[in-house]
Amino acid sequence: MSITRGNTDEPLLVKIILTSTALLYMLLFLLLPLLLVFYSAFEMGFGEYWSVLREPDTLRAIGMTLTTVGIAVPLNVLFGLVAAWCIGKFKFLGKSFLISLIDLPFAVSPVIAGLLFVILFGLRSPLGAWLDEMGIRIVYSTTGAVLATMFVTFPFVARELIPIMQSQGTEEEQAARVLGANGLQIFFRVTLPNIKWALLYGVILCNARAMGEFGAVRVVCAGGRNNTLPILIEELYHGSNPIAPFAVSTLLAIVAVVTLILKIYVESKTNKVENPEKSGEES
Amino acid sequence: MLFLRRPIFFALTLLCVVGLFHLAGCGGSSNYRTLSNVSYDPTRELYSSYNKLFVKHWKETKGEDVEIVQAHGGSGDQAKKVVNGLEADVVTLALAYDIDAIGEQAQGTLKPEWQKQFPNNNCPYVSTIVFLVRKGNPKNIRDWDDLIREDVGIITPNPKTSGGARWNYLAAWAYALKKELGGSFDALKDSARAAEVEVANQKAFDFVKAVHENAVEMPAGARGATNLFVRNGEGDVLLAWENEALLTVVGQKNDEFEIVVPSISIVAEPPVAIVDSTVDKKGTRDLAEAYLNYLYSPEAQKLVADNFYRPSNADALAAHAEWFPNLELVKIDDIFGGWKKVQKEHFAEGGIYDKMGLSTR
Repeated sequence: MSITRGNTDEPLLVKIILTSTALLYMLLFLLLPLLLVFYSAFEMGFGEYWSVLREPDTLRAIGMTLTTVGIAVPLNVLFGLVAAWCIGKFKFLGKSFLISLIDLPFAVSPVIAGLLFVILFGLRSPLGAWLDEMGIRIVYSTTGAVLATMFVTFPFVARELIPIMQSQGTEEEQAARVLGANGLQIFFRVTLPNIKWALLYGVILCNARAMGEFGAVRVVCAGGRNNTLPILIEELYHGSNPIAPFAVSTLLAIVAVVTLILKIYVESKTNKVENPEKSGEES
Repeated sequence: MLFLRRPIFFALTLLCVVGLFHLAGCGGSSNYRTLSNVSYDPTRELYSSYNKLFVKHWKETKGEDVEIVQAHGGSGDQAKKVVNGLEADVVTLALAYDIDAIGEQAQGTLKPEWQKQFPNNNCPYVSTIVFLVRKGNPKNIRDWDDLIREDVGIITPNPKTSGGARWNYLAAWAYALKKELGGSFDALKDSARAAEVEVANQKAFDFVKAVHENAVEMPAGARGATNLFVRNGEGDVLLAWENEALLTVVGQKNDEFEIVVPSISIVAEPPVAIVDSTVDKKGTRDLAEAYLNYLYSPEAQKLVADNFYRPSNADALAAHAEWFPNLELVKIDDIFGGWKKVQKEHFAEGGIYDKMGLSTR
């Protein structure tokens, strides 16, 4: 019936099998675990759930996670902007090397990143001992968690921005320059509006990963008091309250769902930017 | 107001403000002194109750509010963290060597004679090693010999990182040694029988190796091992701290498991110590000393027994005699010549444990 050979040519049975396999897979590996987290968290009722969330340890972990994210994400945004600007708008020696370097955190296991910080800043290293004399502790403190998180989430913003900046080229900036705009004006009025949705997308991904980072932070975390949420969840799993780890997990699950919704929203916006003829109201 | 018109900037500014707010909140909240207790895996429940007791006691006697922070993990791991800079006013680890190691590797943290500062070689409580099996003991595990049977899968933590695992290892060694020496440790004191002891030690090596070869998993810490056995259902027998086994069976009223007491075991002595460098820097020496001393008080000793550790106080021990059976218990100092020697011979790099050629993970 159809003019071009598309999905509709497949026999019905194949379509059903493919679709149901995909759905079953999603159900088993995504939806079921998520539901199970909430089920386990509320197993003993809402009161018990709420009392876990009101524990000082939980509140401290929430604070520590927000602190870590609040420092790591803006710094990585700044870095991502600068790096993407350099790579997208200028030509220089060693550019492809820089691009690969930015990807390094994706390639390195987070545990290694954590150990690296312990070796570099631990009290047994000369640098760590010197910093300690200055009264600065890096490993097993909030600073350590921030550094480890930054390392791991380093590429997210830059990776989103580099391709879009490269594809946009420099014509618009040059035009602005000719019309007499200064550097800051060019950046805020020309470059940034062009990349804002890609930037937001990068921020969302970066934020999600920063909140959930386990491996690297686990190594540099003190345990006990200075815990981020994922580390606290592991500690609680070793503790005696069976619902506590799941109750705290629901917080991260909610973050994940919110991230997902934001991501879908931002993705729809990015598509509009890329196909401007379809949307009239794009500014 | 360019900044507020742009949602990105608004979001970022908000994020920064939240972050700084929390940073300030974390830094500024220490109006009262805090004491950091770096401990090993199974003491979580003990110290969460003890900390409450102590904070109340300190408030009543000194009128000062203090906060106690506890951190747990495999004993060897925790010691390494302290060496690398984890703040600890007091350490309460699974065995004396881990505390020795902190003193040796980080200058000025501990005096060499730290183990004389508090009663009983700094051990306010002891425990021992027992077997935890599934209900009805389906594999009929009665004593150490059963652990090397082919049909038995064992869960014991990794001796490289876990203190409990090292006690497990030594208890197994003591059992084999006694058996090979004809049922008595007398030969150890008799230099004329040195050759006989050597042969027995070789047999003990084979036995302990066989036990560890039967291990289906070797997690980093004792609590991880318990969780594997109890929650994930792996293995037929868990070599466990007595307190950890009692916590599962009595404390959590879990009747799917039962404890098997072997014919012989070891006195597992988890000592406590003050980290001099930290308390001097923070000005918490009085607090740290009181914190550890109060562990020996009758109230704390009762709490110790309630948390399934064998208290040093005889009355507190007698009150829960049903949990703490009499069995032959050997001491590491008598059989193995103390922790320093054991660590060097057995667990150091290239030591006897490494010679067993087991995975170190």
